[in-house]
Amino acid sequence: MVMIAIVDYGVGNLFSLKSSFASIGEEAVVTGDRAELQRADKIILPGVGAFGDAAEKLKQTGLGSAVIEEAQKGKPLLGICLGMQLLFERSFEYGRHDGLALIPGEVRPISDVIPSGLKVPHIGWNALRFTQASPLFKYISEGDCVYFVHSFYGANCAEHTIAVAEYGAVLTAAVQNGNVYGTQFHPEKSGPVGLNILRAFCREV
Amino acid sequence: MITKRIIPCLDVKNGRVVKGVNFEGLNDVSDPVALAKHYSDIGADELVFYDITASAEGRKLFTDILCRVAETIFIPLTVGGGINTVDDFERVLKCGADKVSVNSGAIRNPNLIREAAKRYGNQCVVLSADVKRVNGQFRVFARGGRDDTGMEAIAWIRKGVENGAGEVVLNSIDTDGVKNGFDLEMLDAVCNAVNVPVIASGGAGCADHFTQLFQTLPKVDAGLAASIFHFGEVKIPDLKKQLSERGIPMRLL
Repeated sequence: MVMIAIVDYGVGNLFSLKSSFASIGEEAVVTGDRAELQRADKIILPGVGAFGDAAEKLKQTGLGSAVIEEAQKGKPLLGICLGMQLLFERSFEYGRHDGLALIPGEVRPISDVIPSGLKVPHIGWNALRFTQASPLFKYISEGDCVYFVHSFYGANCAEHTIAVAEYGAVLTAAVQNGNVYGTQFHPEKSGPVGLNILRAFCREV
Repeated sequence: MITKRIIPCLDVKNGRVVKGVNFEGLNDVSDPVALAKHYSDIGADELVFYDITASAEGRKLFTDILCRVAETIFIPLTVGGGINTVDDFERVLKCGADKVSVNSGAIRNPNLIREAAKRYGNQCVVLSADVKRVNGQFRVFARGGRDDTGMEAIAWIRKGVENGAGEVVLNSIDTDGVKNGFDLEMLDAVCNAVNVPVIASGGAGCADHFTQLFQTLPKVDAGLAASIFHFGEVKIPDLKKQLSERGIPMRLL
């Protein structure tokens, strides 16, 4: 069994995420302690809300640099939703903010690429199309639906994109750069498919 | 392409689901946790929990149940009933709810939607409106459809969305319980007024009503119902299969 650390840097509720690991028989701790991130086998970077606030909190708490350090040592890291966006170099959500730069690319409003008239945020269940093979998808199939809630997307990251979803445009759904993974959707809210993605992160990555 | 959502609604009073429910393999039909798990297992796309308790003890019980539901199922969870303040948002979000639906609370406190959206994001705030025709006008009703507020519904909903509601649940009092189909006319008016997801509620009596809903009004994002699902009159897997066969995008398990 592996020890998963869910990074708690003061944004959002991590209750469902922790419970989802429990439901697949994996142990996860919610922690804001640097030493605990070092001890963990794998790290989850969650996040809801605004990029700027989250990036600032990661900086203030020193947890951002701890996550970078662990990822650079080769420890598997999974960013979820805003947590995925934070892995990129920068975001253009209300201004310009620096991310953790673990994956080349940037974060831009989906309204830049989807036709006007389509609702923003992109909210609901959407099908995944795989663009590259990844161990994260070991237990799921192309066309499986997952749950999205977002108004911004990962741009200029095609080289590291492993799955996309169609919403008036092709939107980045999941990314991978070596041991660093990210999902724009919420696996912890995506039913059995989502749990299978978390299971693959625990066992196959 | 984004799928249309099928959403069962569970009314909870003093810790139990009201309306007798009958499911094969479900021993305690009014246990909210067991019922939530059942719906999640058979492919419901989201669940709405509505707290219809009036007492403080009932409210405490409701939040305890919510925590247990959120531990058990991993699909989006919306909570409504008794949401009057931003603290009420905090109380249910802490238990694992993803979205919070406001109704009478938003009527009493016009700043509630704005404050909650600012703190938790628009995606978290659902405006639920009970609407009924009065003298040829769509009118907003408060307190579970008991009080006519005198407010015109479309303007009220539009204002709610401007203030930050990220989704709208439209419950037509005129069609609710009649089982003759959703209120397409009222829904059409709302869909044309706002550019956020609209969830249709009130009037579904059979699977065909959902087909009619999504085919007539492509802008509607989801169909919500309670008793027809609870009584097994419409079975969610069959419903989703039928809709999918008719070309409506569905998440199938």
